[in-house]
Amino acid sequence: MLPITILRALTAALLGASATLAPAAAPLGFDDARHLLSRTVFAPPPAQIEAFARLTRAQAVERLLDGASTPRVTPAPAWVNEPVTTPQALRNMTREERQLWNRRNVARVLEMRGWWLQEMVATPTPFTEKMVLFWHNHFVSSQQKVRQSQYLYRQNLLFREHALGNFGALLHAIARDPAMVIYLDSASNRKGQPNENFAREVMELFTLGEGHYGERDVKEAARAFTGLGVDPEKGEFLFRPQVHDDGVKTVLGRSGNFDGKAVLDILLEQPQTAEFIVGKLWREFVSPDVNAANAAEVKRIAAVFRDSRYDVRAALRAMLMSDAFYAPQNRATLVKSPVDLVAGTLRQFQFAATDVAPFALVVGRLGQNLFAPPNVRGWPGGEAWINSSTLLARKQFLDRLFVSEAGRAPPAMAAMVTTMAANAPAPAPEMTPGAAMNQRLQRAFGQLYFETDRWMSLAGSDVAQVQRQVLAMAPRHALPPDASGIEMVRRLTQDPVYQLK
Amino acid sequence: MNRRDFLNSVGGITVLATLPAGVLAQTQTAGANYAKTLILIELKGGNDGLNTVIPYADAQYAALRPRIAIARDQVLQLDAAAGLHPALAPLMASWQAGELAVVRGVGYPRPNLSHFRSIEIWDTASRSNEFLQEGWLTRAFAQNPVPREFAADAVVVGSPELGPFAGKGTRTISLTNTEQFLQQSRLAVPAQLSHNASLNHILRVEHDIVQAAQGLVSQHSFQTAFPQTGFGNAVRAAAQVAASRSGVAALKVSLNGFDTHSNQLGAHAGLLRILAEGLVALKAALVELGRWDSTLVVTYAEFGRRARENNSSGTDHGTASSHFVLGGQVKGGLYGPAPALDQLDGYGNLPFALDFRDIYATVLESWWGVDSQTPLRGKFAPLDILKT
Repeated sequence: MLPITILRALTAALLGASATLAPAAAPLGFDDARHLLSRTVFAPPPAQIEAFARLTRAQAVERLLDGASTPRVTPAPAWVNEPVTTPQALRNMTREERQLWNRRNVARVLEMRGWWLQEMVATPTPFTEKMVLFWHNHFVSSQQKVRQSQYLYRQNLLFREHALGNFGALLHAIARDPAMVIYLDSASNRKGQPNENFAREVMELFTLGEGHYGERDVKEAARAFTGLGVDPEKGEFLFRPQVHDDGVKTVLGRSGNFDGKAVLDILLEQPQTAEFIVGKLWREFVSPDVNAANAAEVKRIAAVFRDSRYDVRAALRAMLMSDAFYAPQNRATLVKSPVDLVAGTLRQFQFAATDVAPFALVVGRLGQNLFAPPNVRGWPGGEAWINSSTLLARKQFLDRLFVSEAGRAPPAMAAMVTTMAANAPAPAPEMTPGAAMNQRLQRAFGQLYFETDRWMSLAGSDVAQVQRQVLAMAPRHALPPDASGIEMVRRLTQDPVYQLK
Repeated sequence: MNRRDFLNSVGGITVLATLPAGVLAQTQTAGANYAKTLILIELKGGNDGLNTVIPYADAQYAALRPRIAIARDQVLQLDAAAGLHPALAPLMASWQAGELAVVRGVGYPRPNLSHFRSIEIWDTASRSNEFLQEGWLTRAFAQNPVPREFAADAVVVGSPELGPFAGKGTRTISLTNTEQFLQQSRLAVPAQLSHNASLNHILRVEHDIVQAAQGLVSQHSFQTAFPQTGFGNAVRAAAQVAASRSGVAALKVSLNGFDTHSNQLGAHAGLLRILAEGLVALKAALVELGRWDSTLVVTYAEFGRRARENNSSGTDHGTASSHFVLGGQVKGGLYGPAPALDQLDGYGNLPFALDFRDIYATVLESWWGVDSQTPLRGKFAPLDILKT
C-alpha cells in the first residue's frame, strides 16, 4: 500500500514538473493523453490514447477542437419533420385519442434518447456530443413540459450547430427556440401580464448567476421579453408585436425601449457572464469546484473567452491547454455522469454492439434521462450522481457487461441473432413504450460482445498497463495475482475508482 | 469535517473509546429519538382526496361529480358530514381503535399542478417558487444525525427516486426487497478513504451499502400475511426493514396509479383497496414486532384532484387533499376543516387549510423531538395529533 502511494506521488510530481517545464513542445505521453481524452470523449479506447500520446499538448487540443464540426452519423428518427400537433387539434381529441397521443410522445422521447446515445457511441467526434450535452444541461428544456419531441430534436440540432461556436449567438438563438419558449413560459409573457420565468432564468442560470442582478432587473427584463411565442400551426418561433411591451425598461443600470435581443446584449456585456460560463465549463472539464486555488485561472480563461467575443473554442482551448487542467490534484477528481459511464464504457472497450439505443434506458435508470433534466437547473452532477441505488445499478450494469465469455455469443453469432431479432415478433400492442424498450434492452445486452483478447492485446502487456488503461488512478482494491482476461477487466471496472474520470 | 468523516477517517468504532465523553454523548443522542420510525407512503400521481375522504353531506359534492360521486349510503361514515370511500373498509378497525388521523385540506400556497414540480416541492419542502436540491429529511438528518449504529438513515422501497432523502449526506438505501438488496450488495466492498473528495463520496456510499447489508439482516419470520400485490410486497419489505437487526429512522413506500384522468371509479376503488389492505398488513406486522407504538405512518402525494369531474368520468390535477396518519401513538380523528367546495378558485380548485409542512413539523418536533424550523426553512405549526 505505502510504496505504491509513494511511487504515485513521485510519478505525479515528475509529471507535474515535466508539464511545467515544456508543456507545448513535448509529446503528451500516455497519462496526459488519457486524462485529456477521458474528460473530452467520454472514455478513450487504447488506440486513441496511443495516437494522442504522440501529439504535443497544442496538437492534441487542436485535433479535438477541429473534429468538432463533423456531421452526425446516426440517422434521425423518422418523425422529426412531422408537423407538431396544434393546441386546437389537441383540444378536439377524444380522451382515447389523447391517450394515444400521450403514449406516442413517450415512445418518441424514448426513441430520441436512443438516437442520441447511439450517436455518442458511434460518432468519430465525441467531443461535440459532450458539448451538446453540456448545452442541454445549461439551457435546460424538458420533454415533461414541452411534450412534443420534434421541438426537443430541433433544440438538439441548435446545440449541435453552436456546440463549439459562439455563446452569444447560441444565447440569442435559444431565446427564440420553440422548446425553450414553451419550457420557460415565454409564450405567456405578455404586455401587462408579464411571466418572469425566462427573464429570471436567463440571468440566474444562463448568464450571470445568482447574486449578480436584482428583482427589479428580472421584472424589467420580463417586459422586454414580452411578445415571444410559437406559431401554433407551424410550430416555429413567432414574434407577436401586439403583446410586446414597448415602453422604457431599466436593466442592470441601462435604460431604453429594450426588446429581448437588447437585454441579451446587455447580459453579454457583463464580465460576470464570461466568468459564470467558464466556471461551469471548469466544473464540467477540470475539477468539481471553483475555489481559491483555481479562481485566478478561471478569471484568466474568462478574459480569453470575453476577448474572443464568446468563442467557445477559445475558452476550451485555453482550458485544455492550461497547466491547471493537467495538474496532479485535478486528476481523477470528476465523477462520471451516467452518459460518461455507459457511452464511455462501450467506447473504451470497443464493444461490438448491434443495438446501442436501448442502453439509453440504463442511462435513465442511473439518473440521467436525456431530454428530461429534473428541473430548470439541470442535473446537479458530481457527487450527486452517486447514491446507494445508482452506485449498485452502475456496478450491476458493469458486472453484466463483463461476465465471463462463457454463454456469450461471438460476433458472427451476434449478427445471426440480430437477423433473428429483426424477425422477432413486434412487441405486443398492449405493451407500454417503456416495457417495449426494456424488452429491446434485454435483447441488446445479449448481443453485446467484448472482444477480450483483442482489446487486452491493444491495452498492454502487463497488469499495470491494463490498470492505467482502465482507471484514472490506482485502484482501491489490489487485483488478485491470478486475475487475467475478462475477469481482470471486470474487477477493475468494479473498483470505485472506475466511477471517476 | 462532519462526524461521519471523522469516524471514517479514524477507522470507526474502535476509536470511539478515545473520544472525550462529552463529544460522545452529544453525537450519539443529538436530541432526536430515531428509535421511533417514520414510514412515508407516497400516493403517486395525485390522489383524489374528495373521493377518499368524502364530504357526503355537502350537496355540492354530488353536484360537482354527477358521474363519480360515491353514493351517500356507501360511504363509511366518520361523522355526520365526512366518510371514507367504501374500498377503505379495512381501515375502519384502526379508525374505531382511535389510531387513524384523517387530515383534510393539506396543500400549500400558489400550488403547482405539474406532477414533477409539485412532488419536488413536497419532497424538498420548498416554497412554490424556489428550487432546492435537498429533501426535507436530508436537511433534518444533517441537523440531527441518525446514529451510526442504525443500518442506514432511510430506506426507499421500490423506487430509484430518493424523494425526501435526496441530496448530499444522507445514508439512504433504495431496495425492492431486502433479500435482493442483500444479494446485490455483494458488489459493494469497503475500502479505506483517500485524499480525493469525489472518491471518498463513492467510498462512503459503498460503505453505507455494506453497513446496511449487515444491519438489514433479519431472522424474523412473519406470521402476518401480506397482500399479493406490488404494494403488499413493498409493505412486506418495509416490515422486514423494521424487523432487521439495526433498523432505520425513516422509510418511504410508494403506490402508483393515482393519476385518474378517466373512468376513475373502478380504478380508484381498486387503488384504495390495495392501499387499505397494505396498511392493515403493515399494522399487523408492526404489532407482531411490538413496533406499532413506535412507528408513525404518513401518506402524501403531489396534489389532490379537481373538485369537478371532467368529461371522461375522471378528475384532473388539483390542489389540496386529505391524508392519513396512523400509528399506535396517534390520536385518531378528523383534523382540518371540511373541504370548502363553495370557495373554489378560478380553476375550480380547493383552497388549502393546512400546509403540508405542518405535517412535517409534526414529524420532526412531536415525533422525533427535533427542531423543525431549520430543515423546513420556516416556522410551521405541528398538529396536535399524537398522544403525549
